[in-house]
Amino acid sequence: MTDSELARNDGQQFDRLPATPADREVEGRASREEVVDWWQERFGVAPETFENVTFWEKGSGKIWAFNADLPSPVRVEGLGITVLRTRQEHWKPTTTGVKRFGREATANVIELEPAEAAAFAAGHDQQLDRWDGDWGYLIAAHELAGEREPIGVGLYLHGELRSRVPKGYQEELAVLE
Amino acid sequence: MNPLDRYERLVDDPEAFRGACDRRLPSVVRVNELRATPERTRRALDEEGVTYESVDWNDRLLRLPDGSPGTTWPYVHGWLHGQEEVSALPALALDPDPGDRVWDACAAPGSKTCHLADVMDDSGVLIGNDNNLGRLSALRHNAERLGVSNLVVTNDDARNFSLDSLGIDALDGAVADVPCSCEGTCRKNPDVLEKWSMGHVEGLVGIQKGILRRAIELTRPGGEVVYSTCTFAPEENEAVVDHVLAETDAEMVPWDAPLETSPGITEWEDEQFDASLAKAHRVYPHQNDTGGFFVAKLRVGGADDAGEVVGA
Repeated sequence: MTDSELARNDGQQFDRLPATPADREVEGRASREEVVDWWQERFGVAPETFENVTFWEKGSGKIWAFNADLPSPVRVEGLGITVLRTRQEHWKPTTTGVKRFGREATANVIELEPAEAAAFAAGHDQQLDRWDGDWGYLIAAHELAGEREPIGVGLYLHGELRSRVPKGYQEELAVLE
Repeated sequence: MNPLDRYERLVDDPEAFRGACDRRLPSVVRVNELRATPERTRRALDEEGVTYESVDWNDRLLRLPDGSPGTTWPYVHGWLHGQEEVSALPALALDPDPGDRVWDACAAPGSKTCHLADVMDDSGVLIGNDNNLGRLSALRHNAERLGVSNLVVTNDDARNFSLDSLGIDALDGAVADVPCSCEGTCRKNPDVLEKWSMGHVEGLVGIQKGILRRAIELTRPGGEVVYSTCTFAPEENEAVVDHVLAETDAEMVPWDAPLETSPGITEWEDEQFDASLAKAHRVYPHQNDTGGFFVAKLRVGGADDAGEVVGA
């Protein structure tokens, strides 16, 4: 099938992602394989993590993860949680996506000190020169009650960690010493 | 008139009942075990210096004497959800298994729905429906915050709800936590007592019957349905269940409530209800220092999957 024969995305319904790019019937739509590969390549999240999860697109490039399956397409108001934004040069994980799946991450996780974690959660950008990993979208995490916990998505560029915590989730929190 | 006057003859200690209704409700949170254990959550609250007490009948519920949990790390991480103690009863009463197909008929803003997801271990299919589109955004926000990923959100009139487009033939369970006159929330919203009228109650009863009936119709034989309200009004509680028992093949089943309750009543004014309504639970504010609540658990009759006839 050539690109011109592919259908357009319908933003009013949830469509299950095709299994592979070869199964694509809607122009520009990501495939399940690409989404699972992306989480593995970017964050080291094992593909088995998504064994029971189905991925859906509603709206342009907004990918939802649902922990079961339904007939596709389906016209409902919500299906699982949003995990990823595609249809742009750099795919962007969502806050809810990294909170749900980011605990399994082994790569591109920046662990923040107490004061840095509080600044990040409040939505502040900060200079963090110690990071020598990849630039781009990172999972910002901190230690709480003995284990690492993801806080949200950060964008790391030129030595700066920009907080991408959405306004509705931003909070002024205690610095845990 | 103050509608609470009507219920003094139903309670063991009218003075304690009225006294509790006048006091502010304690701030309570539920630990979201999809994200953290009660132990880890308590440790995180300790690290942050937040005062809490475990609720004596459930270690997943914590009272916060200093008020709102909104600006603590465990809350921001979705380990905690602000939720009245009694609103934990529907999910505990239904007690769905992981993998079940469950419908929450009136789901927004979603505290009880997210608790159902927690009990289901975020597996199976949980359908959270509400007819109010505006309130659905609160349901979606809560589900995302708590990491609930087995939830389908729908916006339909529960009385005519259909499973057809979801490819589900029948439900394993349902919660009908119906719109009501909300007297039981008077410790949070004293306004509900001033706005109360018998006309409003009468208007709600038809809706309540329609929603409970639909929940029973959509549930497989042997499946269970929980009916709940936050009102003391027998017209909206026992009378609704009594009506639906007579119309369908569902029957009341016993459930051991984990806190102090009074049995459902079997007569009110000049009406008699089925004797099995005594298996329902009434929660009065003075019994456990909570809001008011009513919960009834029903089993749908007919031959279940194992071929056993239920409720015959």
